[in-house]
Amino acid sequence: MNVDALYESLSALNKADLSLWQNMFMRFYRAWFEADRWKSYFEGLGTTLEVTVLALAFGVVLGVLVAIVRTAHDQQRPGTKNFLLGFVNLICKVYVTIIRGTPMMVQLLIWGFVIFATSRSFTLVGALGLGINSGAYVAEIIRGGLMSLDPGQAEAGRSLGLNYIQTMRFVVIPQAFKAILPSLGNEFIVLLKDTSLISVIAGKEVVYAARAIGARTYDYMFPLIITAIMYLIMVMLFSYLQSILERRLRASDRR
Amino acid sequence: MIDVKNLTKSFGDHQVLKGIDEHIYPGEKVVVIGPSGGGKSTFLRCLNLLETPTGGTVTFHGVDITDPKSDINKHRQKMGMVFQHFNLFPHMTILKNLTLAPVQVLKKPQKEAEEKALTLLERVGLADRADSYPSQLSGGQKQRVAIVRALCMEPEVMLFDEPTSALDPEMVGEVLDVMKDLAREGMTMVVVTHEMGFAREVGDRVLFMAEGKILEEGPPSELFDHPQHPRLQDFLSKVI
Repeated sequence: MNVDALYESLSALNKADLSLWQNMFMRFYRAWFEADRWKSYFEGLGTTLEVTVLALAFGVVLGVLVAIVRTAHDQQRPGTKNFLLGFVNLICKVYVTIIRGTPMMVQLLIWGFVIFATSRSFTLVGALGLGINSGAYVAEIIRGGLMSLDPGQAEAGRSLGLNYIQTMRFVVIPQAFKAILPSLGNEFIVLLKDTSLISVIAGKEVVYAARAIGARTYDYMFPLIITAIMYLIMVMLFSYLQSILERRLRASDRR
Repeated sequence: MIDVKNLTKSFGDHQVLKGIDEHIYPGEKVVVIGPSGGGKSTFLRCLNLLETPTGGTVTFHGVDITDPKSDINKHRQKMGMVFQHFNLFPHMTILKNLTLAPVQVLKKPQKEAEEKALTLLERVGLADRADSYPSQLSGGQKQRVAIVRALCMEPEVMLFDEPTSALDPEMVGEVLDVMKDLAREGMTMVVVTHEMGFAREVGDRVLFMAEGKILEEGPPSELFDHPQHPRLQDFLSKVI
């Protein structure tokens, strides 16, 4: 039977006569089918993905830059001092300290209501705030990966006559990438879920859509469960892709 | 070939090399022995600038390579190095380990680099392991591959930094055999080692280093049988 027809026939009945399941169906219908509400979840989902991709791109670029500066500074030969590098390194350190030392929510509120208080492109401001936040964590992950590699690997590369860039490209980065992939995947999942916070600065992503529907129907249960399931499916899908990539990179670990 | 003048190296306040003057002649096999912490490895690593000397000069073929303006990558191509812990690239097959530098640095075609690598692998008895990964080899096999990796660049001098110190005793022989073959072919070699038998058999000249200085040097027969310096006498009495 058609869901609309079922809803119509159940609405005609006295509310007290409905069974538990019929009642649940009514609530779900209002959260999903009524007035084509399902569309606004997917619109919100679209924004969520858009913000995630933008913030990810921004965070990775920023993270790589900061990681390179920090690593280059820390791996300088003892005794040599480059003042420009030292200055840029200091800025990077302050950035990482501030971002890691304050809550994501507070940062977003500052971006949305203080720095870009007059901006109407909430999505973009949200993506910027998330990207800057994510960059600090990505930087630390990459820096950890580069520093954890045995210095003998880079020495072997250099001793063969490879220059610094070739050594990074063929020897250090492929190995560091494999080592940081699990943490990087984790950071991506955190970022994906943190996009829900941009609803506090009026970013119209999926949680925003769910709350709007809840307010309209006076019933938050199904909108929030639907939202949770959407995040869960996305994260599971991503974890699966990540595990495939990790298995491929493990080819050289065979014994 | 390599000329070292008044070489010094400090790590912070700790002076590891206290003025080394040395000359390595073409075709010569120089073996460096001495107690741990005496500066042997640091001396060797200064020769191809893996450590930047604090003072003094290293001249290779008449070019001062400690001069920041000289292109150190160019000189390192001519100086092969073998490490105590092999330092093979674990994410590449053996063949890829051997061809990476010839292809990227010398711009050899992949095919030509592979042929050369396989010929050299054959000589150390590991041709059948070309497609393995380093983690699948034993320590002795890894070190033989590491020697071949350096040889693929057709170096003029080979530097060995305690090449057998990280090996199980029964694998030391196979690595030393490869090094002896190399010596017989006339390769210039500088070897830091604790293998006194090898020093005696292969070395043209033995340097005894302790406390950051070369305390005594000479042909192995003289150095081992008639040590002059009390520090050397003490060292030899403990290791032989």
